[in-house]
Amino acid sequence: MPASKLSKAAASDHASRVFDLDQSSLRELNQALHNLTPGSNETAWEVLNPKGNHSVAVGVDQPVSIDVRGSVGYYCGGMNSGSTITVHGSAGPGVGENMMSGSITIKGDASQYAGATGKGGLLVIEGNASSRCGISMKGIDIVVHGNIGHMSAFMAQSGNLVVLGDAGDALGDSIYEARLFVRGKVESLGADCIAKEMRPEHLELLKGLLDRAGVTGVKPAEFKRYGSARTLYNFNIDNADAY
Amino acid sequence: MTYRNPPTTPRKSATFDDYTLSEIRRAAATGIYDIRGAGAKRKLPHFDDLLFLGASISRYPLEGYRERCDTSVVLGSRHAKKPIELKIPITVAGMSFGSLSGPAKEALGRGATLSGTSTTTGDGGMTEEERGHSKQLVYQYLPSRYGMNLRDLRRADAIEIVIGQGAKPGGGGMLLGQKISDRVAEMRTLPKGIDQRSASRHPDWTGPDDLEIKILELREITDWEKPIYVKVGGARPYYDTALAVKAGADVVVVDGMQGGTAATQEVFIENVGQPTLACIRPAVQALQDLGMHRKVQLIISGGIRNGADVAKALALGVDAVSIGTAALVALGDNDPRWEAEYNELGTTAGAYDDWHEGRDPAGITTQDPELMKRVDPIAAGRRLANYLKVMTLEAQTIARACGKNSLHNLEPEDLVALTIEAAAMAGVPLAGTNWIPGKNGF
Repeated sequence: MPASKLSKAAASDHASRVFDLDQSSLRELNQALHNLTPGSNETAWEVLNPKGNHSVAVGVDQPVSIDVRGSVGYYCGGMNSGSTITVHGSAGPGVGENMMSGSITIKGDASQYAGATGKGGLLVIEGNASSRCGISMKGIDIVVHGNIGHMSAFMAQSGNLVVLGDAGDALGDSIYEARLFVRGKVESLGADCIAKEMRPEHLELLKGLLDRAGVTGVKPAEFKRYGSARTLYNFNIDNADAY
Repeated sequence: MTYRNPPTTPRKSATFDDYTLSEIRRAAATGIYDIRGAGAKRKLPHFDDLLFLGASISRYPLEGYRERCDTSVVLGSRHAKKPIELKIPITVAGMSFGSLSGPAKEALGRGATLSGTSTTTGDGGMTEEERGHSKQLVYQYLPSRYGMNLRDLRRADAIEIVIGQGAKPGGGGMLLGQKISDRVAEMRTLPKGIDQRSASRHPDWTGPDDLEIKILELREITDWEKPIYVKVGGARPYYDTALAVKAGADVVVVDGMQGGTAATQEVFIENVGQPTLACIRPAVQALQDLGMHRKVQLIISGGIRNGADVAKALALGVDAVSIGTAALVALGDNDPRWEAEYNELGTTAGAYDDWHEGRDPAGITTQDPELMKRVDPIAAGRRLANYLKVMTLEAQTIARACGKNSLHNLEPEDLVALTIEAAAMAGVPLAGTNWIPGKNGF
């Protein structure tokens, strides 16, 4: 299909760049994105034929929008800082790893460790995410429309993980201060992770997250909140059985 | 008349020695294993067990103080557009801000820069003290990802993916709550006062194939400019080196079990991993088997103390060494001037290793604002520079005596071993013989 028929970017008032990875290399794409300077007119980007390439649009640090037409491999949008990335397909492992700010939306599913160690920004997965979603998250907000796999939010430090579907085993194992909101069933909770009261401020927070993620027809009250029992915050030999 | 047998002299067990007995009593009283910093303290086969063969008739020496002996080294020439060029083959190993004070990090940067070498960040992220004073700074990419960000990644001169440490291959870390100042808490995105665990494994990859893709990601993020180091604890040096090379590393760092740590279990430090000496030849062999020796550079660390250690490591095939504990001592760690305060902590200068408690009298492994004032970054930096200079001169002296006009021309043939163990580990003959135990393979 010709790029022009797919391209929102090309139709916008802003200068747009279309990168066809059948014609150009990943290196050329990423270098062009890294060459952007503040105030650049090239605010809309479109990537065609990603075909599972790894490291698509990593390390972008300008507020541009990038539409990726197809599925990507590992680490799409890694360390994103301010850009708005939309993957019109599925994402491989580590999408949005260590994201600093901005947003990434996956229209399909995401593989393991989506949003791992993310410091900020918003990651939306419209399908399902696999295991280790939000592992070691440090401030990122993650909204998954579907289900997430086991060991998600392991050692999650801060930020919010919202799951409209179900969560797998050992959710939130060794969790610190991150907040987890799950609408469906949780297979099991990990060490030091407990169900917590949903207070008004949490309902408000969740409403904002759902709005930002484009979720409609779902009420915050349908979710349960999970977080740290804080019993393992300081090592105590009496808790050795929990480790 | 009563006859009494003469009493025997009381004898303590070699197995249950005084230290072991004290550990049993301590464990029984507290119910918790001992946690400490530094590296293995037990006696291990080490560089002291090797000797150089200076030149006589069969080899021709160079003139000391007259003939040049090159010390420079380039790291990361395999893929990086901007490899690191060091004037000396001795670098400063990663030590975290949080574990170390800000002035100590600044002093490391100052000392290394004066000496033409690099420093390395640690588990706590990059500090302005260190970036500002280190001409060449290696940014560690650790499992915890504390403080990791795009800006600092691009401000680094190289990136070191830390997979393991010699003091604890396979182990994570724990920064106890009492060392968590406001600044440390902010850098690590965690509340003040709680223990901060550093994971034992990278959260977003699970094996060597993932590592290869991770390296690709870091190269893409940094436009293929910066060398990518891969650091492993010295446990399976042959296979870990080979896999790091396969994954695309520019530099492999192997940290032997004498390598230090900020804090981990004593039993771990003393019982997991292999001595530094035992790690070198398998790592070099892996590079040689892959045809990558000198193309992918090898850094060894763990218990390096003087120029002889440096020269011996280089002779066995490494490209550079890294120092951690020795650098801290050069700054003033465990200095006898603080003996009275060490005594108050129940220890003595030279043995203090409770770095995780944050009460270091020398002001180096602490976040206490009063204690850290004891480190003058300029003077301490100068001390480190002096020490690095001495090590380099020592290594050059030995190399010239072996007839080498570059430290990197030292070779295993220049060495013999004093013990069978060292001969086997280093792959050099036992002194006075042509016997290399285990020559036929690892």
